[in-house]
Amino acid sequence: MSWLQKLLPPKIQRSYGPKKTVPEGLWAKCPACDAVLYSTDLEKNQNVCPKCNHHQRISARVRLDALLDPDGRYEIGAEVLPVDSLKFKDSRKYAERLAEAQEQTAETDAMVVMQGAIKSIGVVCAVFEFEFLGGSMGSVVGERFVRGVRVSIEHQLPLVCFTSSGGARMQEGLFSLMQMAKTTAALTDLAERRLPFISVLTDPTMGGVSASFAMLGDVVIAEPKALIGFAGPRVIEQTVRQKLPEGFQHAEFLLEKGAIDMIVDRRALRDKLATLFALLRRLPSDPQAS
Amino acid sequence: MKTTFLAFEQPIAELEGRIEELRFAQDDSAVDISGEIARLQKKSQALTKVIYAKLTPWQVAQVARHPQRPYTLDYVAMLFTHFEELHGDRLFAEDASIVAGLARFNGEACAVIGHQKGRDTKEKILRNFGMPRPEGYRKALRVMKLAEKFGLPVFTFVDTPGAYPGIDAEERGQSEAIGRNLFEMARLRTPIISTVIGEGGSGGALAIAVADVVIMLQYATYSVISPEGCAAILWKDAAKAPEAAETLGITAGRLKTLELIDKIVGEPLGGAHRDPQATAQALKKALAEAFKQLSGMKPDRLVEHRLERLMGYGRFKEAGER
Repeated sequence: MSWLQKLLPPKIQRSYGPKKTVPEGLWAKCPACDAVLYSTDLEKNQNVCPKCNHHQRISARVRLDALLDPDGRYEIGAEVLPVDSLKFKDSRKYAERLAEAQEQTAETDAMVVMQGAIKSIGVVCAVFEFEFLGGSMGSVVGERFVRGVRVSIEHQLPLVCFTSSGGARMQEGLFSLMQMAKTTAALTDLAERRLPFISVLTDPTMGGVSASFAMLGDVVIAEPKALIGFAGPRVIEQTVRQKLPEGFQHAEFLLEKGAIDMIVDRRALRDKLATLFALLRRLPSDPQAS
Repeated sequence: MKTTFLAFEQPIAELEGRIEELRFAQDDSAVDISGEIARLQKKSQALTKVIYAKLTPWQVAQVARHPQRPYTLDYVAMLFTHFEELHGDRLFAEDASIVAGLARFNGEACAVIGHQKGRDTKEKILRNFGMPRPEGYRKALRVMKLAEKFGLPVFTFVDTPGAYPGIDAEERGQSEAIGRNLFEMARLRTPIISTVIGEGGSGGALAIAVADVVIMLQYATYSVISPEGCAAILWKDAAKAPEAAETLGITAGRLKTLELIDKIVGEPLGGAHRDPQATAQALKKALAEAFKQLSGMKPDRLVEHRLERLMGYGRFKEAGER
């Protein structure tokens, strides 16, 4: 910045920048079909492109807001906060990455858990926040998941989890690997008590998250075209040195291979979950009427 | 067999080379040079001690992957009797990268499961470099359930770079296979004792390592991701693997301090491959101790104890704490 620019008041400074004809954020472009969409329309449509049905990633709280009944929501495990127990440092310090992610997402870690209801059926709902360090699972995600399971058991509520994660959080070393064992062990507590667990796989569900509790739902649902797998496509390509088949590791591929039960459009998920939980818990067919 | 030396062991390799030369010379020499040989051998020992006293985590990773390091079947031969290998997952195929079977440990019937690497090219391919596909994990689970049914303790041996990242492995549900093992092992109603003997590579290792007691050999490693993989992702440069190994905390010593493993079994000077028998004897003692400690526990107590352990994993703080 030149000395002249420094002297200018901020308003005049801005006029040096590129001219903006449209206020930022009013329009959004679909990353799949390039359609230019009115942002409020997109939001109303739960961030599903009205033109091509592309399911954009959404934040954990937007997801919870669309899914749960407005009343009787309680957050679980928000008191659990991350620490940098290894003093991990790559090109940057883990502590810095954490602080930055917290500022950018306004979340304290990569999972939000809430007790609430879906069409009057009480549930505990755990949702990954992908924007927080790629939704990676470290000690906080593991502990919040477990606390969610405990509330499920205490109140006899089913559990639903929406995964969106690159896998284990490397910066927590072996602690993060052990979260796979911890979360999955917690699921055995639910199973012992015959409380249903539905796993909803959203884009992307990879690595240590997919290889622990995500594929173990009593019912496993995926959103359309979500990338789901153990190893990342690039790693596989480098290992086998051949081109991956079209649609490899997409939800549709997993359905064909028998790995998941169904693919459900985001806009139909609330109804679908209510129906499935009512069936698994032997509730009357229209829970709202009861 | 001639010892293979790693890059950081080159000074030792040079000394050993000279000792070898002198031995040859001695055969057709009138002069007695055995004194000189003994002196050099002492020097080689001392040098090995110095180098091994301050191995970096990255060097430990090299020892853990040493081509002559004892593998699962080597330990099976040295630690167990009456080994009967069981094959196949009953669903798709046999996976030779995991071996499983029944055996006797100090006379007691038990089940044995472990990753298996290969020695020569042919066997390496057969064993898929110790990287299991879903059928390997499903075979392991089948044998664990068999052990549970007949009240046999399970000994597992971990030595894998990781689960195989291949198209077919994904198609047949690699994630589900690993997850299912974690789920079933959490409540398996029989003791599980796991030993990391070489590489403990991520989910592929954990899928047979959810246990009541986790032991590591001194120069084994156990990690959420390989140092190379971590470096490639976080530094965007695989050459930073030594730094990644350092910060990931993959060595037995570090993991014991962090209370993520229970016991370290010491290795002979220069690593397990320098004296496999001595390594096996030390490991046998540790396994016997662990087995004794667990064998008195009723299944309910055992499972309760294991679940408590699993739930305790993790480091975090609670709001209000500093």
